[in-house]
Amino acid sequence: MQMMKAAMLAATAFGAVMGGQAVAQETPIAFTGATIHTMTGNSGMGTIESGTLVVHNGRIIAIGGADTAIPDGAEIRDATGLVIMPGIVDTHSHIGQVSGADRSSAIQPDVRALDSINVRDSSISRARSGGVTTANIMPGSGYLMSGQTFYMHLVDGNSIERMAHTGDDGSILGGMKMANGTNPIRETTGFPGTRARSAAMVRSHFIAAQEYCSGERSPRDIGMDAMCEVLDGTRLVHFHTHRSDDIMTALRLRREFGFDMLIQHGIESGRVANEIAVEGVPVSAILVDSPGGKLEAAEANIETAATLEQAGVFISLHSDDNIVDSRLMFRQAGIAVRGGMTRDGALRALTINGAVQLGLEDRVGSLEPGKFADFLVLTGDPLSVYTDISETWVLGELLFDSTNPEDLLHATGGHGAGNPQMNTHVLEREAHMLEDAR
Amino acid sequence: MNALTKILAAGLTAALLSTTAPVSVAAQDVAVRGGQVWTMGPAGVIEDGVVVIEGGTITAIGPASDIAIPQGMEVLEAPIVTPGLVDAHSTVGLTGYLNQFDDQDQLDDSVPVQPHLRAIDAYNPHDRLVQWVRELGITTLHTGHGPGALVSGQTMIVKTRGNTVDAALIEDGTMIAANLGAWALDRDSSPGTRAKQMSMLRQALTAARGDATEVEVSDLVRSAFVQVIEGDTPLMITANRMQDMQSALRLADEFGITVVLDGAADAHMMLDELREAGVSVILHPTMARNEGELENAAFTTAAVLAEADIPFALQSGYEAYVPKTRVVLWEAGFAAGNGLAPMDALASITIDAARVIGMEERIGSLEVGKDGDVAMFDGDPFEYTSHVTGVVIEGEVVSRSVR
Repeated sequence: MQMMKAAMLAATAFGAVMGGQAVAQETPIAFTGATIHTMTGNSGMGTIESGTLVVHNGRIIAIGGADTAIPDGAEIRDATGLVIMPGIVDTHSHIGQVSGADRSSAIQPDVRALDSINVRDSSISRARSGGVTTANIMPGSGYLMSGQTFYMHLVDGNSIERMAHTGDDGSILGGMKMANGTNPIRETTGFPGTRARSAAMVRSHFIAAQEYCSGERSPRDIGMDAMCEVLDGTRLVHFHTHRSDDIMTALRLRREFGFDMLIQHGIESGRVANEIAVEGVPVSAILVDSPGGKLEAAEANIETAATLEQAGVFISLHSDDNIVDSRLMFRQAGIAVRGGMTRDGALRALTINGAVQLGLEDRVGSLEPGKFADFLVLTGDPLSVYTDISETWVLGELLFDSTNPEDLLHATGGHGAGNPQMNTHVLEREAHMLEDAR
Repeated sequence: MNALTKILAAGLTAALLSTTAPVSVAAQDVAVRGGQVWTMGPAGVIEDGVVVIEGGTITAIGPASDIAIPQGMEVLEAPIVTPGLVDAHSTVGLTGYLNQFDDQDQLDDSVPVQPHLRAIDAYNPHDRLVQWVRELGITTLHTGHGPGALVSGQTMIVKTRGNTVDAALIEDGTMIAANLGAWALDRDSSPGTRAKQMSMLRQALTAARGDATEVEVSDLVRSAFVQVIEGDTPLMITANRMQDMQSALRLADEFGITVVLDGAADAHMMLDELREAGVSVILHPTMARNEGELENAAFTTAAVLAEADIPFALQSGYEAYVPKTRVVLWEAGFAAGNGLAPMDALASITIDAARVIGMEERIGSLEVGKDGDVAMFDGDPFEYTSHVTGVVIEGEVVSRSVR
């Protein structure tokens, strides 16, 4: 399914996926002399030494060695000694004060994250300063199904519409958040009390969706409409699942209903890495600094990403911001390497793999002509603690510049950096609710 | 290339950790040889250095060419050798890793002021997080009661080994943990405001000073505050907002007590006042979440404090959720990545941390006569991709894991 979708998306014209995104950059810009990790190809980092990257109108128009042709009139930026690579695709984030389902029921495919996100929230600028240029923004996990996720393109936008990744029909792209394990289990009426009950409720809902989607779809039910997208493979299920038995339950549900699925978190996925690999299901993983904090994270370790990689699982890394701050994505990749992952694999897990998992690889995740000009300029090895992000470019615009004091505030913190431009007590309350729901 | 990388490039020559364990030598005897030994003491960095530990104590340290390793003694080797790391403020051992109601002993909020609660009565040396931080090089924890109440209880210093708290314990009743600001407010009861927090602390300290009238405090509570008044026990005040940090300094000034500022997220906004007050800071974890009380926190604060010559140490702090504890090795590394000189970063989790908790005579640097606590690394300790390859506490090899 993943491959089929990839093929379909690849077939769409590059020009058609622009949606409503405005592009300011009219003069071509050429970066020269850089070490460029293109992240192209099926393995490795596609590294070009003394490379040239040319961007124009929000797109990459050329990339190659020192002999790459630079258009007349282009602005040339000497990037000698610097490293350029694609912007990070964060496959699981909660930036922008996102919310989703409320406590009225355990299954709410009708609610959309996009209707809740505050695009002015400082968490988005912080993420950009950390190199994130695309993020899957999700509702919480205190529900069996907490709503539709939002694939944000971190352009300088004043509205969700401007910051959306859109399909060739202009539709706003996103997935469906599901969860099992302890988070959705509550004493509240309408919520499951056990794992088996959780699975039964999900199965019942999928069976009802199969009936609705194969029928007249009348009267219209917006939740069921979203379920039809899940069933026909156009809306990816992001399945929050930790314990190995819960992961197997998620795989079982997927087999029964045939939906496209990305395992989210998968703290114990290393224990069933071969089972996951056999089914060809990808994983969006997180590595945290110590085990515990909740029962399902009791087996957290820093080796899981390596174990999955060795089993042949297609893996990305995510922040779950603010479980891990968006600015710590490179650090997480470094920790993955500490845990035994290959360097190539860790950098691919930050970029192209996430793009493929979200079905956005036609536009982001690697540096290739025609793709969005979403890239980072780094001072050195991406996996070194001593490397800084100098610049984050999104759609050909310089949106984080470490020499700009206001931008730097987002990158390193300081007075007012964490101010979301709203009453902090309200934000804290929301943060706690989100925490409860995770 | 930064200074540390240069040092490393010059010295990454030593062999892998070797583990030949003869039987004739006591368990507290071991030698550690490093491509570089970062002593954090007067000897500085020793190229191809050796640390000899006998009876749990360092008996010799210097270049391998000058040091005779006793016959039959096990020799561990690693490219980089440092003192065992010191976490200047943790709740590990009291905040169990599962984070369930029955393993969280850092805070009893039935009463806002409980300076008599002892950390030794709550420490679980077998909690998984003790092992977790030990294998990442942390050999000493200043741990105990956490933030969340005006005065939550006492702290203590332990080594990250031992079957019982008594076996782990280095010092009981090290500090009394207090907390000013939003985390310790109880809007439905008292203290419900910041001013009331200060009023309650001032009243308790006034009573302990002996010039109070009738105050309803138990002897245990009063005697704990008397320790503070008499200068035997510092009051560690967790305060992150500038107004709360200033309140803490006001309290220190009024009562002439030793205050250690903990958290101190706004420290970068009041450097002169901190320097004038001569106060030590146990800074929040570098990667602490940038929200709420820590809205103004910065990755660069450690570097700013070092630049301003304000004594500080880094901490893992208290974590309410995932991850259940932070790791000071990584917090110091991230500070090094944000402008703190690598040697200052290492000091903040070794000798400077030892100073802040009053243990610099015993731990925090590799010197003859000090505890034989050592951490070993296969590269720059602060790089994400390096590993801890061995840990020694008082001559006992407590970890041979690669972490």
